Amino acid sequence: MRVGTLRGRPEEIPHAAVADAARRLPFRFRPGRVVIYLVLTVGAIFCAFPFVWMVLSSLMTREEVNAFPPTLWPGEFRWSNYSEAWNSAPFARYFLNTFFIAGVIVVGVAITSLLAAYVFARIDFPGRGAVFAMLLATLMIPFEATLVPNFIMIRNLQIYNTYYALIIPWIASVFSIFLMRQSILSIPEELFEAATLDGCGHVRILRHVVLPLMRGPIAAVSVFSFLASWNSLLWPLIITSSEGIRPIQLGLSVFVHADANEPQLLMAASAFTIAPLLAIYFLAQRQFLEGIASTGLKG
Amino acid sequence: MLAPAMLIIGVFHFYPLFYAFYISLHNWRIRKGSLVWFENYRTALENKDFWQSFINTTWFALITVPVTMVVALTLAYLLFQKVKFLGLFRTIYFLPYVTSAVAAAAVWSWVFSSRNGIANELLDVIGIGPQTWLQQPRGIFVLLSDGTGIPRPDWLHGPSLAMIAITITQIWHNLGFQIVVFLVGLGAISKELYEAARVDGAGERQVFFRITLPMLSPTIFLIAVISIIDAFKAFTPIYVMSTQSNVGQRPGGPLGTTETSVVYVLNQIYGANRYGYGAAAAMFLFLIILALTLFQLWVSRKWVKY
Repeated sequence: MRVGTLRGRPEEIPHAAVADAARRLPFRFRPGRVVIYLVLTVGAIFCAFPFVWMVLSSLMTREEVNAFPPTLWPGEFRWSNYSEAWNSAPFARYFLNTFFIAGVIVVGVAITSLLAAYVFARIDFPGRGAVFAMLLATLMIPFEATLVPNFIMIRNLQIYNTYYALIIPWIASVFSIFLMRQSILSIPEELFEAATLDGCGHVRILRHVVLPLMRGPIAAVSVFSFLASWNSLLWPLIITSSEGIRPIQLGLSVFVHADANEPQLLMAASAFTIAPLLAIYFLAQRQFLEGIASTGLKG
Repeated sequence: MLAPAMLIIGVFHFYPLFYAFYISLHNWRIRKGSLVWFENYRTALENKDFWQSFINTTWFALITVPVTMVVALTLAYLLFQKVKFLGLFRTIYFLPYVTSAVAAAAVWSWVFSSRNGIANELLDVIGIGPQTWLQQPRGIFVLLSDGTGIPRPDWLHGPSLAMIAITITQIWHNLGFQIVVFLVGLGAISKELYEAARVDGAGERQVFFRITLPMLSPTIFLIAVISIIDAFKAFTPIYVMSTQSNVGQRPGGPLGTTETSVVYVLNQIYGANRYGYGAAAAMFLFLIILALTLFQLWVSRKWVKY
């Protein structure tokens, strides 16, 4: 692998010297740098081109998408494809379902995780270590491996094809508990002592001492539970049967499989499915990237 | 305070493992049938499709994990060289990761359309004939050897072209996540190390292989294991792209060449109502993932220096 010029990293050269050199040499050709930008650009094209192709295809006519060789640029932008796609399946309903399900899950995970994390961090009870270890051990059970029993249980509980089935299994998360427990453990002991001296019980400590310091972890956990819930496909696929409660991912996949001969509509539907998440990403990019970085490697 | 979380996790994430084992010991179709002990496990091990699903999953992991990691590490390392437009590049690389997997799979299905996809157009530019991509069950080595005339051993087929198309989608989707994590790892390496190496007269290549890579080993190792586990659990792109209803192709097609472990389990429940057998097949998946996880824990304790 040919990699670029670590040698040229600016902080190793005194600023004055850099300015001096810049004045004397207006342009210095460095082949290493060119290779770096070339590789980075190729990578960027690979990452971005499906989005571009999706949008371009979504604006073509039926004849254009079915032409061979493929049309690369639509003759005129057919925005009506978007309304046609929107009306070809109950997408409004799908979105409403998804926002409802994801919203309840995000709030639910934050509450259950905070409560459990507080107990594991601050309240000693016999067997606490063992219970916590057991909890962490559940991380080793992939949900994919317990599809059959969960499916049968949902049927036996008679909540098959209901919002309950889509929500309840997901309003607690071991990973979130673990993350929040770490954050609570890092709060200085003096704060707890002061609060206890002032006569605060656990509930008031949790509300007035812990909660205000947990913005970061709660935001990180929320981003992840929102993404996970927004993207889930396998679970809704096996425990729903009616169109009315389908979340958007399942709705889109049904649409994609049903209408393979109208790529321009499929691309329009994909575009408006992606749009809300991209909008959130652009608005909260820092939180997204920091969330990934701080929560480490939870994919 | 502990009750809500423990109840949910206990009922839906912990107990089902034991219930799954119980189900797998029975002849269970819709309703519980007779106790057959390990009959379902034996049936699975004697079943050609079950083994095929295991091989498919292994191909999926063998292709996606190393390729994604090498590309992600290269791009992250280059981004780390104080480049201009760092923010712009990082934003673009991360876009696929925040794209819903279903929509991404839909777009890539269209890219790989057998009729007039853009992928075929690209092949045309470099002088290769159009491919049927997601409907092509023939192995990549068979196609390459037929196309180039290079002989191959008879047993060597390789993953189907359909599988290759799906792995490209998966690589595209996970690249950004790995780049972000590698960037964090690169940022954690102390500058003094680089400076010391420079003072001792180390060249760029030496710095990369003697300092960057070893210091990055915990990150590399963790990403590797987590990606392998993710590959074994992969579902969405495979399900969405392998189902081609207009030509009657079911999930895992063509000819079962993209039927990975999770899709196999799904097909047992969904199409056939074979719950006992499906639970047994899923147990193998659990054991593989458990082994990988324990291996990761064991190695991180022994080998990786934090």
